[in-house]
Amino acid sequence: MEKRMLKEDTDRVDGILKVTGRAKYFAEYELPGLTYGVLVTSTITKGKITALDTKAAENAPGVIAVVSHLNKPSAAAYEQEGGPQMKIFYTDKIFYNGQPIAMVVANTFERATHAASLVKATYAKEEFNTDFAKALKDPKAKKLQGQADYKRGIENAYKTAEVKLEERYFLPIETHNPMELHGMIADWRPNNQVTVYAKTQGVKSTQGTIANVFKIPPENIQVNSEFVGGGFGMALRTWPLEIATVMASKHIGKPVKVVITRAQMFTMVGNRPAAIQTIGLGADKDGKLTGITHRAYGETSTYENFTEGVVNMAKFMYQCDNVNTSYAIVPVDLGVPIWMRGPGEATGAFALESAIDEMAHALDMDPLDFRIKNDPETDQQKNKPFSSKNIKEAYKIGAEKIGWSNRKNKPGSLVEGQWQTGYGVSVGVFNANRGKASVKGILKADGSLLLQSATSDIGPGTGTGMTLIAHKLMKIPVDKITFELGDSSLPPAPSQGGSATLSTVGSAVNDVCEALKSTISELAIHSGMDPTANFVEVLKKNNLPAIEVTKESHSGKERDNYSMYSFSIHFVQVKVHALTGVVKVSKIVSVGDSGTIVSPKTARSQMLGGAVGGIGMALTEEAVIDHRYGRYINNNFADYHVPVNADVPEIDVNFINKPDPYINPMGAKGMGEIALIGFSAAVANAVFNATGKRIRSLPITPDKVLG
Amino acid sequence: MINFQYLRTSSAKSAIALLLKDKNAKFLAGGTNLIDLMKRGVTAPEKLIDINHVPLKQIEQVGSKIHIGALATNTAVAEHALIKEKLPLLSWALQAGASAQLRNVATVGGNMMQRTRCGYFYDTEMPCNKRQPGSGCGAMEGFNRMHAIFGTSEKCIAVHPSDMCVALAALDAEVVLANHKGERKIAFRDFHRLAGDTPQLDNNLKTDEMIIRLEIPVSNLAKNYHYLKVRDRASYAFALVSVAAAFELNNNKITDVRLAMGGVAHKPWRLTASEDFLKGKEASLSNFEKAAELAMKGAKGFGENNFKLKLAPNTIIEALNLAKSKA
Ligand SMILES: Cc1cc2nc3c(=O)[nH]c(=O)nc-3n(C[C@H](O)[C@H](O)[C@H](O)COP(=O)(O)OP(=O)(O)OC[C@H]3O[C@@H](n4cnc5c(N)ncnc54)[C@H](O)[C@@H]3O)c2cc1C
Ligand code: SF4
Repeated sequence: MEKRMLKEDTDRVDGILKVTGRAKYFAEYELPGLTYGVLVTSTITKGKITALDTKAAENAPGVIAVVSHLNKPSAAAYEQEGGPQMKIFYTDKIFYNGQPIAMVVANTFERATHAASLVKATYAKEEFNTDFAKALKDPKAKKLQGQADYKRGIENAYKTAEVKLEERYFLPIETHNPMELHGMIADWRPNNQVTVYAKTQGVKSTQGTIANVFKIPPENIQVNSEFVGGGFGMALRTWPLEIATVMASKHIGKPVKVVITRAQMFTMVGNRPAAIQTIGLGADKDGKLTGITHRAYGETSTYENFTEGVVNMAKFMYQCDNVNTSYAIVPVDLGVPIWMRGPGEATGAFALESAIDEMAHALDMDPLDFRIKNDPETDQQKNKPFSSKNIKEAYKIGAEKIGWSNRKNKPGSLVEGQWQTGYGVSVGVFNANRGKASVKGILKADGSLLLQSATSDIGPGTGTGMTLIAHKLMKIPVDKITFELGDSSLPPAPSQGGSATLSTVGSAVNDVCEALKSTISELAIHSGMDPTANFVEVLKKNNLPAIEVTKESHSGKERDNYSMYSFSIHFVQVKVHALTGVVKVSKIVSVGDSGTIVSPKTARSQMLGGAVGGIGMALTEEAVIDHRYGRYINNNFADYHVPVNADVPEIDVNFINKPDPYINPMGAKGMGEIALIGFSAAVANAVFNATGKRIRSLPITPDKVLG
Repeated sequence: MINFQYLRTSSAKSAIALLLKDKNAKFLAGGTNLIDLMKRGVTAPEKLIDINHVPLKQIEQVGSKIHIGALATNTAVAEHALIKEKLPLLSWALQAGASAQLRNVATVGGNMMQRTRCGYFYDTEMPCNKRQPGSGCGAMEGFNRMHAIFGTSEKCIAVHPSDMCVALAALDAEVVLANHKGERKIAFRDFHRLAGDTPQLDNNLKTDEMIIRLEIPVSNLAKNYHYLKVRDRASYAFALVSVAAAFELNNNKITDVRLAMGGVAHKPWRLTASEDFLKGKEASLSNFEKAAELAMKGAKGFGENNFKLKLAPNTIIEALNLAKSKA
């Protein structure tokens, strides 16, 4: 696939800044008079604060203020009835263990940390439940519909199929925990002028949330978030801790910085919710799917509902006339979850793609052949053709590279000493989104191009992708193009989520470049020059230092006519130790089918990161709660295991790299999510192939393999 | 502020003298465990006696023994030519622990003294008899996946988390301890203790004592050895179960054998019954299996850690297999 890579392959435009420490992250801004906030958290899981003793903290050295529901710094929206559910510092109610209940602000971080330990809360405790599986079994516990039930053809058709299976799959809570800790610097100045330095996937969304809560015009709020040390979905909303930071700054009239602790990263900024899913599959003896049923339950909080696309994939990924799905959410006394990379689709794909493998086994078919046999030509859910889909080609490339021909269909066939080898495959799919965004382009007589948009870069390399789109159209050297982002005063763009940034903002970059080009050629014609004359000469001839264009771009009718998805295929080889149950992923081949690859290097990095995250999801990651106390047990990086280098083999990344004819001018579909979606199932399938053991509960740790 | 005094000393004698003066003083070596415990509020010494400048970093052969100073770093020991040649089991065990960065500063004495990783011990909002005697054991009916299956007490089922110590227990090391009156030497196997009724005590070091050095006999165990650590990820994770295995072979007959396990008890768990069985026997799979079976006598699971009842014997067998195949 290497050959298909674009010539424009380039390093990250901000790579040098990042590796030399010059990229400035939110917590690194030094404001005059900066103060430090540390959050005090509840130590009970449910109930009420009956007393909050802040005296000792207030008297501690360096302390400026203790902010809590006792002094309620004004936040107009919180003063009204209704509105946001957990109004930080406006309620004495405890919804979960680790909920922020007060903030100590001091002139140093250390003093604030110490004083925070002196705040003593007294509570009236109530009975609680943090155990999702228990809530699910409890007929009295609430279950809310998370998505409308879906039915095509006969409901539960699998039950009467020639070959059928029905299995349950379990996923624990996973946390995003990017390296960079969450927090904010807020500076509330006179006349309600606010500047914040944030860790956010959407500067406009942060601006909007603050405007709503404090009821001030958005123009008063400047949000800066140029560099983000990893988001993975966690920074898609403005969390109570951020509102608390703004509140505190308003209260004391000084800038306040809050950086939460690693332990607080488990309780204040969401997680991938636990899920329990049942898949029913039916097929005829020839291996044609005749029924798919996907029922899922996801965890949510008691104070806010969270839903995601857990059962989406079952509706269109395989050719099948009878499909039904349901999805309910179950409130427990934990902090509200949030999308985590691949979001609900990754949860759903673990179940569906495991079950597909199980069905292939039941039919004694090669799971790859089974998938190909049931690959749909059109989207049966939307009743539309796919805008582009090259899955069969992707299967072929991946199978060849992983050495699929070495795989034996009979599990446990490849044994060398105590090590058993297995191969697994799975598919990932995610909606190929395109939203609405504006970009401003300033083309200068010095030969440079400045592009601006209030989008974000949480790591994928937004600036690099945008620069390459402009470079290709304008033929301006990459180092003469600057793309500015992460600043709410720039032309609006949506939050970075759902793998949509390149498609959405990239299209606006495309439109701006086209507009600049035609302005230049018009100018050239007017001044008697060749319409293809170099823009620098055209601008000089016209005595113009620069020209400027702003364009808003969005999708059109094409989305009514086509079903648009990005796809990925994950092939893995694993080695499983028969005596110790240790699973090693020994080889990974991934194939992305997501239209044109605009920026090969950062696209490859996306796939690498997805595979590593996938290993974590499959083998190591699980946030453990002691349900007697409602507290996390492993809320640190020694005990919450993300994969380390030694867990990650060489990853062979491949792209189909064929433009999608409809989605956008670049023909490029998103790929941040597909890099992860389905990966965990490929590992589970490979473990089955190696050992004959089907593990339906993640992560696949040695105890489960042995058990 | 939680104030504490920081003192630095460059001799063992003065370090011991400082310790004697203040019951609430603690030695600071690499700090990789102690500082974490202070940050989490698990311990709050009033005085930190920095002993990093005390000249106890020697790694040398003295007669038939290898001496390792208490302040030699884990990396220095693991990578020392003498250790690699004569005590490779120790080198392997050290390399299996923590991360390169931690091993670069962690010391031998600190490693011996490191406290359990039981999550309840670290969370001051949770009950824990080890942290706060009488408050109860959070793990007993809670999350005890990492916990002990041997020698447990009703008060505490924590494990000692060290890898290095498992190899040292196997190698019949001795520890030299000193207080203001002088030195004493004890078997390494007697350094750590079972929790019993006093889980707050991890070991038998007296409050006025300092660890000075290890003395490890040079033996013929440098050929057939293996340290096998089973963990949740390939590196940088504590052992679910680990096994230090070494034996001397003569015509495929086992003439000397050492077996110890980590991750299963409040102290490194030496498998004497298995050793006794293997001595004089052939190094065969069936004998390894029998030895593993013998090792499990008295083992008891607490729910989440029941899998160790199967994993432990399997790991013993595999460690012995791998030790054998080294030849
Ligand atoms: C994330 C993480 C992962 C880890 N993983 C592993 C692992 O997989 N395997 C493993 O074995 N270990 C592991 N460790 C633990 C590590 O080995 C210990 O933290 C380290 O060995 C402690 O040594 P230190 O010199 O830093 O001790 P310090 O933290 O300085 O001291 C620890 C204790 O020892 C006392 N002490 C130190 N020296 C002496 C002396 N000479 N005499 C008397 N008392 C003394 C101190 O007073 C203190 O109470 C891990 C640690 C961390 C933080
Ligand atoms: S096992 Fe020991 S350390 Fe853990 S909670 Fe119980 S008493 Fe505390």
